[in-house]
Amino acid sequence: MNKCGERLYNGIIKENPTFVLMLGMCPTLAVTTTAINGVGMGLSTTAVLVFSNLIISALRKIIPDRVRIPAYIVIVASLVTIVQLLLQAFIPSLYESLGIYIPLIVVNCIILGRAEAYAAKNGVVESAFDGIGMGLGFTVGLTFIAIFREILGGGAVFGFEFIPEDYRITIFGLAPGAFFVLAILTALQNKFKAPSATNGSAPKSALACGGNCASCSGAACASNHAVLEDIRAKEEAKAAEAKKAAALKAAQAKKEAEAKKAAEAKAADAKAEE
Amino acid sequence: MKELILIIVGSALVNNIILSQFQGLCPFLGVSKKVDTSIGMGGAVIFVITLACIATNLVYSFVLVPLKLEYLQTIAFILVIAALVQFVEMFLKKNVPSLYQALGVFLPLITTNCAVLGAALTNVQKGYNFIYSVANGIGTAVGFTIAIVLLASIRESIEDNDIPFNFQGSPIVLITSGLMAIAFLGFSGLI
Repeated sequence: MNKCGERLYNGIIKENPTFVLMLGMCPTLAVTTTAINGVGMGLSTTAVLVFSNLIISALRKIIPDRVRIPAYIVIVASLVTIVQLLLQAFIPSLYESLGIYIPLIVVNCIILGRAEAYAAKNGVVESAFDGIGMGLGFTVGLTFIAIFREILGGGAVFGFEFIPEDYRITIFGLAPGAFFVLAILTALQNKFKAPSATNGSAPKSALACGGNCASCSGAACASNHAVLEDIRAKEEAKAAEAKKAAALKAAQAKKEAEAKKAAEAKAADAKAEE
Repeated sequence: MKELILIIVGSALVNNIILSQFQGLCPFLGVSKKVDTSIGMGGAVIFVITLACIATNLVYSFVLVPLKLEYLQTIAFILVIAALVQFVEMFLKKNVPSLYQALGVFLPLITTNCAVLGAALTNVQKGYNFIYSVANGIGTAVGFTIAIVLLASIRESIEDNDIPFNFQGSPIVLITSGLMAIAFLGFSGLI
């Protein structure tokens, strides 16, 4: 149970997908014009993420390694279609305002990223909680950005207007405002040296994407996997070699010690004879 | 003809895929450090989006509609796009090595790019026929290329500038994109 709580904490605070990992930037900027859109998008993504983690984790021993990315994509796309149909049927207003960004949940890096990084290696319950944590973290991130933009651009929060029209900064509700809000957010992260994928603390590595999560599109995962596998194999070989060398050395040392002992014993014997 | 030009101008400039639709943002921010690489990326995107629009339009009108499976469009499109990119990569590697040299690195990057799927879905949403779909695809991809090459050249020229510490790295890139988005808002009176 403790592990599940840790997954929630990890998703919402420690590795928040919006503020720390900087994943899924397209919906983050596109749908955060009003707070209600942000919450709707966040929760839709959460639903997809929880079930995709659950299914992928349950099938992790069945899916062959070589075709896992297509398999994941099919699972995620089916879930997204279900969510899309449900939204269309029960919350048509949200369906209208999110529009094309609902089917685009399929290509959200967070979902494939979590499938690859967590669900493919861990048990069903932990993976589901990982999905809930990451999804809620994403929802919180989107809602914060959306509230900020709605107040500045539309003078309202969740549709309750409280700033008169003359004092609104309309640009924050339009496309450029999204870039500016995100720019200020990342600048603040730089200022306070908060952990984030964008302030260059990301390690340069042999990974196909260079470990740069901002430019991730999920597709690099396969080659990354190969690289990681390579590194692991190399390390294992190195460790085995080191072990072998150590064993050899020990054996040699033992032999030498024995020979020395024998020589000493011989010498002692010879002395005794004298 | 007039309709076609309107679609291309509309998708390239007015509804620019990046600066007003926010699709394909990841490569836009990630692969825009140098003009050369951004041109390569743009070329690959034009290539893939055009092919993807052709393929998804054919799949939609000759497979999904006759079988009344339109609700499976998301799954069908993403699989068609992924398979297409793989196929194109293999084909180029074998038959046109010079083009593969130029675009190869970027092809796997755009398999799951939102812009490709987004363009395919927009075609269906707006009910475009085959010719209009291809025009929309080309327009979208050209818009992407314009935006990424512009951003890359701006980034190259501000590289040596004295940017305040807090704004170094991605904040200044985002501010630049925001200013570009304001400029692109000006195109909205065009149609």
